[in-house]
Amino acid sequence: MAFLAPPPGSEIPFADPRRVRALQKRARRNALTGVGSLLAFVAIIAVVLTHTPGWPVVQDTFFNAQQFTSTFPDLLSAFMLNVQIFITAEPLILILGLAVAMGRTLHAPIFLPIRVVCMVYVDVFRGVPTILVIFLLGFGVPALRLQGVPNGAVFWGTAALVLSYGAYVAEVFRAGIASVHPSQTMASRSLGLSAWQTNRYVVLPQAVRNVLPPLLNDFISLQKDTALVAVLGPVEVLRQAQIDSSSSFNYTPYVGAAIIFIALTIPMTRLADWVQTRSNRQRRQQAVN
Amino acid sequence: MAIGGDVLLEVSGVWKSFEGHPVLRGLDMHVTAHQVTALIGASGSGKSTLLRCINALIPVDAGDIVLDGSIAITAIDADIDQIRRTVGIVFQSFNLFPHMSVLDNIALAPRKVLGQTRDQATDSALQLLDRFGLRSKSGEYPDRLSGGQAQRVAIMRALAMQPQLMLFDEITSALDPLLVDEVLDVVRELKQSGLTIVMATHEMQFASEVADQVCFVREGIVWERGAPQDLFMSPQREETQQFLARMHR
Repeated sequence: MAFLAPPPGSEIPFADPRRVRALQKRARRNALTGVGSLLAFVAIIAVVLTHTPGWPVVQDTFFNAQQFTSTFPDLLSAFMLNVQIFITAEPLILILGLAVAMGRTLHAPIFLPIRVVCMVYVDVFRGVPTILVIFLLGFGVPALRLQGVPNGAVFWGTAALVLSYGAYVAEVFRAGIASVHPSQTMASRSLGLSAWQTNRYVVLPQAVRNVLPPLLNDFISLQKDTALVAVLGPVEVLRQAQIDSSSSFNYTPYVGAAIIFIALTIPMTRLADWVQTRSNRQRRQQAVN
Repeated sequence: MAIGGDVLLEVSGVWKSFEGHPVLRGLDMHVTAHQVTALIGASGSGKSTLLRCINALIPVDAGDIVLDGSIAITAIDADIDQIRRTVGIVFQSFNLFPHMSVLDNIALAPRKVLGQTRDQATDSALQLLDRFGLRSKSGEYPDRLSGGQAQRVAIMRALAMQPQLMLFDEITSALDPLLVDEVLDVVRELKQSGLTIVMATHEMQFASEVADQVCFVREGIVWERGAPQDLFMSPQREETQQFLARMHR
C-alpha cells in the first residue's frame, strides 16, 4: 500500500487517496463534457439563426448596434423613474399588506368592521387588473380636481401599484400566518399571552420568515410592473423606448429597455432562490428536532 | 375526600364532545394542594382533553372546574388570562418558540404578562436555568437542543410564570428512552418544592413513585382512583386490572 490508513477508531477523518483521485478525475471530466456540449449547442443555434434568410432584417430591427448605443443612455436615465416608483412603493406595500393581514386576524366582535374592510379590499384589488387600477386612479382622480390632492401621474401610478400589490402581499402574509403551527399559538396562550401578544411575539416573526421567498417574488414582479405607469404619460423607461422607437421605426430601444429590466431582476431572482434554499434547509433542520 | 389537605382544584361533572363524539362524560376529580396527581389510561381516554380544559385552552360543554375555591375556570365570563397565569401547562411536543433563544423563551411571558423588566425576567430565567442545569444553553436556539433539554426548557418556561398548579401532558412520551430520566428528575424536584402537579403519563413506574393520587381515566370519567400502592397493587375494578396488565406486559 502506498498510503497508511489510521488505526480503526481514530479521531481523524480518513479517505482512500486513490478513491479521492478517481472521484476528482471523474468530476473534471463531467465538467468538461458539460461545458463542451453547451458551447456546441450555442454555436449551432448561432449558425442556424444567422444563416436564416430573414436574419439581416431581424438583426437590423431588434439588434441595431448604432440604435442601441444612441438610445441606451436615455433609457438608463428614464429607468431612474422606475427605480424611484419601485423604491417608494415597496415599503408602503409591505406596511399595507402586513396591516391588512393582521386586520383579518382580529376576531373580537368590536373589530368586525376592520375585518370586513380588509376582506373587501383584498377581494376587490386582487380581482381588478393592475393596469385598470392605474387607469382609474391616474386618470380618474385628477379629473375630480380635488383641492389639496396631488394630481401627478407618478403619484397616482405609484398609489395604484401600492393598492394592487398590497392585496397580494396581504394574502402572502396571511398564508405565512397560517403556516405557523397552531401548537405555537396554544403554547403562547397557555402562558397567559393575549391574542395580540401571541401574534406580535410568536406568530408574526415566524410567519414573516416563512414567506420571505414568495415576498421577494412579488417584488420582482413589482419591478417589472412599474412600466405599467407608462400608460399615464410619465417618461419612464418603457415610455422612453417607445419615443425613441417611434422616431426611428426601429425596435432596438425596446430590447434595450428589456435588457435593463433583466439586469435588475436576475440578481433579485438569484437572491430569492438563495433565501428559498436557506429557509428550506432551516425547516428541514427544525423538522429533525 | 379520601386524601386530606386543602383542595386546590375541583372538577365536577365535566363534559366535552368533539364533533358529536363525547370525550369527557361527566368527569369528577379533586386535586389537593402540594400533591401530585397522576392521570393514567389509554390514549383517547380523555386525559389530554381534561388538562386542556383545566388550562381553559378549550371550553367545556358542561360541568364546573373551580381553582382555589374561588376561580371558576368554566364560567362563561371567566378571566382566562388570570387562569392561565395561575395554571401552567407543558405539552408532549415541547412547543418551544423556534425563533427565540432558550433565555427569551423563558423570559417572554414574565415580561409581557407579569410586566417584569427585561433584567428581572432575565435574572429569574437564569436562576431557573441554573437550578435545572441548563445555564450553558441559555443563548442556544431550540433546534440545537436534545429532546430532553427542550422539554426541560418548556417546563422552565411554564415555571417562570410561578403557577399555583402545573399540568404535564405526557411530557416524556415524545422522548428517546435515554432522555426520559432527565425530565422526570425535574418533576421529582418540583414535587419536593411543593408544587401542585397534575400529570397525564404512561410512565407507570414513575407514577407509582411520585404520585400521591392516581386516577385511572377511561371513557371520559375517572374509573378508579386511589393512592398509588392501592391502585397499582390491588385495583378494584376489572378494567383497571386489564389496563395495568397490558401496561406491564
